[in-house]
Amino acid sequence: MVPNLPTDELNNPEQPNLPTDSLSPETQRESEAVEYNENRLDKSGIQAFLFLSPTLVIVLTFIVFPIFFSFYLSFHEWNMFSTNQKFVGLENYIRLLSDPEFWQVLKNTLIYTIGTVPVNMAFSLAVAYALLQKIKGRKLLRTMFFAPVIISPVAAAVIWRWLYDPNYGLVNYSLNIFGIDPINWLKHPQGAMAALIIVGIWKYFGINMVLFSAGLQAIPEHYYEAAEIDGAGRFAKFWNITLPLLAPTTFFILIMSMITSIQVFDLVYVLTSGGPLGSTEVLVVYLYDHAFKFFNMGYASAVAYVMFAILIVLTLVQVKYMKSKVYKAI
Amino acid sequence: MMERLKSVMLHILIYGLALMTIAPFLWMVLTSVKDLGEIFSYPPTWWPEEFHFENYKNAFEAAPFGRFYFNSLFVAITVTVGQLITCSMAAYAFARLKFWGRDVLFYLFLATMMIPYQVTMIPSFLVLHWLGWIDSYPALIVPGLASAFGTFLLRQFFMTIPKDLEDAAYLDGCSRFGVLWRIIIPLAKPALATLAIFTFMGVFNDFIWALIVLNSEEMYTVQLGLAIFRDRYTTQWDLLMAGSVTATLPILIAFFFGQKYFIKGIALSGLKE
Repeated sequence: MVPNLPTDELNNPEQPNLPTDSLSPETQRESEAVEYNENRLDKSGIQAFLFLSPTLVIVLTFIVFPIFFSFYLSFHEWNMFSTNQKFVGLENYIRLLSDPEFWQVLKNTLIYTIGTVPVNMAFSLAVAYALLQKIKGRKLLRTMFFAPVIISPVAAAVIWRWLYDPNYGLVNYSLNIFGIDPINWLKHPQGAMAALIIVGIWKYFGINMVLFSAGLQAIPEHYYEAAEIDGAGRFAKFWNITLPLLAPTTFFILIMSMITSIQVFDLVYVLTSGGPLGSTEVLVVYLYDHAFKFFNMGYASAVAYVMFAILIVLTLVQVKYMKSKVYKAI
Repeated sequence: MMERLKSVMLHILIYGLALMTIAPFLWMVLTSVKDLGEIFSYPPTWWPEEFHFENYKNAFEAAPFGRFYFNSLFVAITVTVGQLITCSMAAYAFARLKFWGRDVLFYLFLATMMIPYQVTMIPSFLVLHWLGWIDSYPALIVPGLASAFGTFLLRQFFMTIPKDLEDAAYLDGCSRFGVLWRIIIPLAKPALATLAIFTFMGVFNDFIWALIVLNSEEMYTVQLGLAIFRDRYTTQWDLLMAGSVTATLPILIAFFFGQKYFIKGIALSGLKE
């Protein structure tokens, strides 16, 4: 350490002073560093603006502006090619709510959500719980269960189309072993939805398993030890300790899975394209068709906003309930 | 003895389930090297009688899969690099700089994470249309170049880096950019890796956006190529399966190297699909 000479201190006011009696060296250095930063480096926000500008430009153009513009569009009739965006008031919303097809689409989305979410959660909790026991090759198992999550929904849907093939598919072949007659899964209204639900469960259950595993590991071991001393069995421990302490995780996963299910698109588009007879036409497929096949930009925007209304309720519940937990996780 | 039996049962059950989960993949890989006659044989055979690796060559000849592949990788890598740069800059501003309205702006950023993409999809398409970028690389790349999620993730990590380290650098005459580049970035590698893996997989697997903004075949990404492929070659399952394996491979490799980062990303994203 070179001691600071008085002249140096005068020429370089940013140089740290020698510690005084009143302040500890640490506090002194900290407070001075802050002063230094603000005075010399920040140049009244210009620097901050430079750091933020690329992100701001993208977020403003592709998120903030679109939010307002699609709201505006939802009150207009517009095919995108004409210059005239005709104001129609609430007509798009009225048309939408009085259209039986839209209600069918909502119903399909609901069936898919109810079909996938609870089964997925029960299944993934069971697997996450089992993986906590003494098991060999846990890492390999986790990777195997997680594999469907990472591959693209398009590739997954292509594979399953082949598995569901009425004549050569592995699904019917396996069912045949149990004496069940072949089903033309994707061409049958109920079969197509069932097929879709199976793929949906298979595709996303790895995510829930990872989240459940994290939740289970966060439960302190000594609760179980105490329960054992009291003579609790495996089931009693699971019912009285695991489940209640896992409630926040379970709630988080429930809402998150519902949001994901309501937004399903790729799987449906590649597996069934919404058919047969519209039996698997879900919200986003309907939205996509109206916007980019029929170019009813106003009507499609109204659909988007109805969807937004549904999703924002779920999201706000999630954010409100989970705020502390999410921050803690990070 | 009872314990032992239970443990064996548990192993059988869980490995059985795991095998069922990856059976579709195994089936895909095995089908991709079978000849068409064997694919359509009943009962289905598990192990190929003969390995037909030329299915891959044929798939790449039947559709310009090489081109699709290049498009996907180019877009995914560009978006990933871009997002690492823009998000770390924005995250640094939110974590360390003091400016008027910082906290309000940050909460507005957070709020945009709650917006489902379906709401912004149509106007984003229109913006690209007005810019004349439909059916081009910028349409696939530019909207992904920054994200509120990435900014949020990095900001939370940057906050945990001790400030003393930076202060020492300032005293040595380092600028803000210098500190970000030389001190924060090297220390934030785990967070950057999480963001990189997450972004890469998201973009590589993206389907709906490519479907909306692309028209001409030479611009197709692998996912779009595969989806179009399945309509055009409904009986060419050997080629379709070879294509599916090809579309899955980069992701499996990325996942293999970045598993823990990816899983961290899942836990962090919460709200994202």
